Amino acid sequence: MKLSKRIFTGLATASLAVTVTACGGSDTSGNFDDTVTVGILHSLSGTMAISESTLVDTEKMAIEEINAAGGVTVGGKSYKIKYIVEDGASDWPTFAEKSKKLIDQDGVPVVFGGWTSASRKAMLPVYESKDAFLYYPIQYEAQECSNNIFYTGATPNQQSEPATDFMYKRSPAAGGDFFLVGSDYVFPRTSNTITKAQVKQLGGKVVGEDYLPLGNTEVAPIISKIKVALPDGGIIINTLNGDQNVAFFKQIQDAGITPSNGYYVMNYSIAEEEISTIGPEFLEGHYGAWNYMMSIDTPASKKFAKSFKKRWGSDRVVADPQESAYNMVYLWKQAVEDAGTFDDNAVREALVGQTFDAPQGPVKVMENHHLSQTVRIGEINSKGGFTILEETGVVEPQAWNQKHPSSKGYACDWTDPKKGEKYRM
Amino acid sequence: MQLILESLFNGVAIGSVLLIAALGLAIVFGLMGVINLAHGELMMLGAYSTYITQLIFKQVSFLKPFYDSYVIVAIGIAFLVSGTVGILLERTVIRRLYGNPLETLLATWGVSLILQQFVRSVPLAYGSGLVIAIFIGLITPLFLSDDLLNGAKGRLIRACTWGMSALIGVATGGVLSSLVSKLGRASARNVDVTAPSWMRGGIDFLGSTYPKTRLLIILITLISVLVVIFFLDKTAWGLRIRAVTQNRSMSECLGISTEKVDIITFGIGSGIAGVAGVAVSLLGSVGPNVGVNYIVGCFMVVVLGGVGNLLGTILASFSIGIMTDLIGAGRLLTIWPDMPSPLASTVDFFATTSMARVMIFALIVLFLQFSPTGMFPQKGRMVES
Amino acid sequence: MAIVSTKKNWINLTIWVVIIALIIAAPTFLPVFRLNLLGRYLSLAIVALGVDLIWGFTGMLSLGQGIFFALGGYCAAMFLQLNSSEGFPNGIPEFFGLYGIEKLPFFWEPFRSSIFTLFSIWLLPAIIAGLFGYLVFRNRIKGVYFSILTQAALLVFFNFFNGQQKLINGTNGLKTDVTELFGQMVGSEIMQRWFFWLTAILVIFAWLFSRWIVRDRFGDILIGIRDDEPRVRFTGYNPVVFKTIIFSIAGGLAGISGALYTVQSGIVSPQFMTVPFSIEMVIWVAVGGRGTLLGAILGAVFINYAKSLVSEALPASWMFIQGGLFIFVVTALPEGVLGWIRRGGLKELLYLMGINKKLKTYPKLEVNEQGEVKS
Repeated sequence: MKLSKRIFTGLATASLAVTVTACGGSDTSGNFDDTVTVGILHSLSGTMAISESTLVDTEKMAIEEINAAGGVTVGGKSYKIKYIVEDGASDWPTFAEKSKKLIDQDGVPVVFGGWTSASRKAMLPVYESKDAFLYYPIQYEAQECSNNIFYTGATPNQQSEPATDFMYKRSPAAGGDFFLVGSDYVFPRTSNTITKAQVKQLGGKVVGEDYLPLGNTEVAPIISKIKVALPDGGIIINTLNGDQNVAFFKQIQDAGITPSNGYYVMNYSIAEEEISTIGPEFLEGHYGAWNYMMSIDTPASKKFAKSFKKRWGSDRVVADPQESAYNMVYLWKQAVEDAGTFDDNAVREALVGQTFDAPQGPVKVMENHHLSQTVRIGEINSKGGFTILEETGVVEPQAWNQKHPSSKGYACDWTDPKKGEKYRM
Repeated sequence: MQLILESLFNGVAIGSVLLIAALGLAIVFGLMGVINLAHGELMMLGAYSTYITQLIFKQVSFLKPFYDSYVIVAIGIAFLVSGTVGILLERTVIRRLYGNPLETLLATWGVSLILQQFVRSVPLAYGSGLVIAIFIGLITPLFLSDDLLNGAKGRLIRACTWGMSALIGVATGGVLSSLVSKLGRASARNVDVTAPSWMRGGIDFLGSTYPKTRLLIILITLISVLVVIFFLDKTAWGLRIRAVTQNRSMSECLGISTEKVDIITFGIGSGIAGVAGVAVSLLGSVGPNVGVNYIVGCFMVVVLGGVGNLLGTILASFSIGIMTDLIGAGRLLTIWPDMPSPLASTVDFFATTSMARVMIFALIVLFLQFSPTGMFPQKGRMVES
Repeated sequence: MAIVSTKKNWINLTIWVVIIALIIAAPTFLPVFRLNLLGRYLSLAIVALGVDLIWGFTGMLSLGQGIFFALGGYCAAMFLQLNSSEGFPNGIPEFFGLYGIEKLPFFWEPFRSSIFTLFSIWLLPAIIAGLFGYLVFRNRIKGVYFSILTQAALLVFFNFFNGQQKLINGTNGLKTDVTELFGQMVGSEIMQRWFFWLTAILVIFAWLFSRWIVRDRFGDILIGIRDDEPRVRFTGYNPVVFKTIIFSIAGGLAGISGALYTVQSGIVSPQFMTVPFSIEMVIWVAVGGRGTLLGAILGAVFINYAKSLVSEALPASWMFIQGGLFIFVVTALPEGVLGWIRRGGLKELLYLMGINKKLKTYPKLEVNEQGEVKS
């Protein structure tokens, strides 16, 4: 009897703990000849869920828009797009596992997914060994060019290089010394290697760098290092991840590392979404560099922001990663329609050269499976947005960075079988 | 001089966060030999309480003039919230597992998972409603006379009080979600606590800047430690707690209600975790994972400090804090610039935040080789297990 | 443990027949993806056996088995990477180029040899476990203290591997899917099928090995340590030796498990050394039934399968279910499912549901040749 009572209480506890969350496909109805199911693979649980769920929202919205406009037309038949959402759980091996599931089990023609570089690196061998296709929407460190991945985010020469140039030549701290701060993983480390090479070329000096382990928010030692290395102000390049930024900005402000004291931080991972979490009062006067900023004053940009708010709530914001995710769904649709089939190889060929009138302006898919896009430098304002200071023309992507010692002089071209992943220019 | 002062301040600042976070854990561990893996999540609840308090002060009109003092109010609320959840945890799970510390460890891990997911999936307004309901449900019987609570009638009355508190909880949830925006919808997003303006910035002293939030945290820690010491040393319940810590069965024979002692100790330990949550929320962002980031540091403090000795906990926190700053910020090289090169390169290798942790752990294991039960081993004949 | 009742034998035998039949039949009826999952979960069963040996039998709760698991995985992955890095600049794995490294770090060199790798997969974790264990046990650190120390050690290893991009590729970890072994791509279907069989065979060997360990005197001492360590010491045995040996064995098993898991999931990364993963290992054993080797295997396979099914359907709810499972097993089913069944739990359940009548007689006693009562 005692045991049974214990079982009962245990069962009650366990069953109370279960909640049900809804999940499912799109609900637009209409006249379609057939359906096609695509895969969406982002973290819905764990530390990265905060960021990646916004991408899921955007991709769903893009798919709904396409469906509402008649779906994908392939070979004269109209297809309604359905999607399967899988959870990467902020765990890189899980991303590989779920990719296998989407490809082998569900047989999807394309997967939209990933955020961290580590998750992409974990998925890459899966797509290469199964010759499947992944669309990846985040700005990243490049130094990679897979035939099986299509990258819609910025490469370093479309984000960090113009930003460094701006900081050293035209910012209020022009000519100052650099200090590099980042989370301890591959993007900050690689990005900073490039920045160091670039600063050297420009004739500047990097006086220190430090990396915070992911998940650690004790930034006091880094602050002491900054104060020793830059006693009278200077340029800080920040590639910290997610909530580590909150700790960093709260504490540097208290320690007197502020624009008014001559310290200017250039951020590569802070977009509108992060500004609203950190609080604009901590970020005002610092900088960011992106391809898309919500404050872009064009009809396409306004429409994108408006439909996102309409779909997901008026307090939501759109930012660069979301815009990339939005673009890639549309580019896939165009490529499939041009190829006239969902077959990977045909779609891959049709994809190169596609152009799209994106919220940020025109983008074009280049031979190296990256996008040519516009770069913008903005100053963070008190309203939680960017005041756009500079705008480049359309910049072509470099999959192999020309400032990084290991890849100087190399490029990638998948349209020419003789060139391929990495060839000497 | 300035360098040493700054270094010392940084060490004390890091140490005091560790201390306030580990204090509750150490008290509970000392008394029950139980490691509460959900301690970090109790801190998280404290941090969320701060956030909710801040929102309420910002948005409810009659509280607006007092916005600057919301942090002080938040400390009290966080203490009550985490304390309530802690007591609930003790009543429902931990009580069943006394004498099985390893099982408790696993069960509390389960609790921590549930709490993490809870703040992700349940709107904060209803979450606070639930905590309020539990709080009222737990506290009402204390105000009713024993006659009312005994027998068949007593059972009915107990059921009624719980029903009533559930109603109050639901009502609070409803009111909060309609009154205060941002609380009505569940979200996995991290939120942010903004310190009132008087707490921002730093104080200049002898040429260096000392951040006010850090100073405030040191102050909160100091007060908490003093209150705990006063409570344990000078009050009747403190005496009982110390008695049970030293010898549970003997205390029971002498008529101390160990059950009550357990509840009180666990409640206080958890409450302090809530206060620690307030401190932590001032430094970084508030999210479901905020506790996880601090919990291992707390364990190291407890292991290094030894069981049942507050002085050990205090010393351990500050030494870990000072070591973190010395190693992690590479201060050894600044203090002693012409170090011989092999040593200098070693120091340099460990002069990052992640490698400093590796180094500190190695030092702790080394220390335990000489003093296996921490800095202040219990004197006298040790009773094994 | 020496005395085994016939009824227990019978249950064991049935379960084994079912398991082996299922494993043999699996490749024919499971799709590739699910088969691959099953193979991975079977490899996790080996680390679970190790956890059972140290926790279920010896009473030491290690929250750091992920260290040894990941080390085994890294050994295998380093070998595979070196084995297929000829085409890359400097003849070293590609990722080094990202960080501008031109010379292979010294500790990679021995992994060019397949023999060294085969040994290092289990020997390296075993040695590290043994060393760590000796230092800790020597000082009579045990119970919760031991658990916390193992957890802290786990975090330190995690930080170290995570932070050392230039040595072992940091957070990204090492991939094995596109490397080659015996002229075949490791991620290919044929190789994966072979790995599945290899895993299935090794699980059975690991089970036989663990059983052999706990059957005789050695096992009795382990149980003695679990139940009353000072008494074992007073009887003249030195618990430190036994604890160190068993901890090191568990480390070795974890290493083998990690290597098999790595080649089947295609990646080893510091994520294997996160705190939740190591605690999950304990819950597999707890659910299956600690102190029952079969329970550890079943627990590992079933819970992981459930996890992947639930997280496909309702991603957010897995945390609730898992948390509830921890609390439920610890408070209501301390012996785990298998232990509960062996104690006649099924009958009790039927009785509770009103299907069976409760027997009010004493259980039959079986007597062996010496006239001792069998348990």
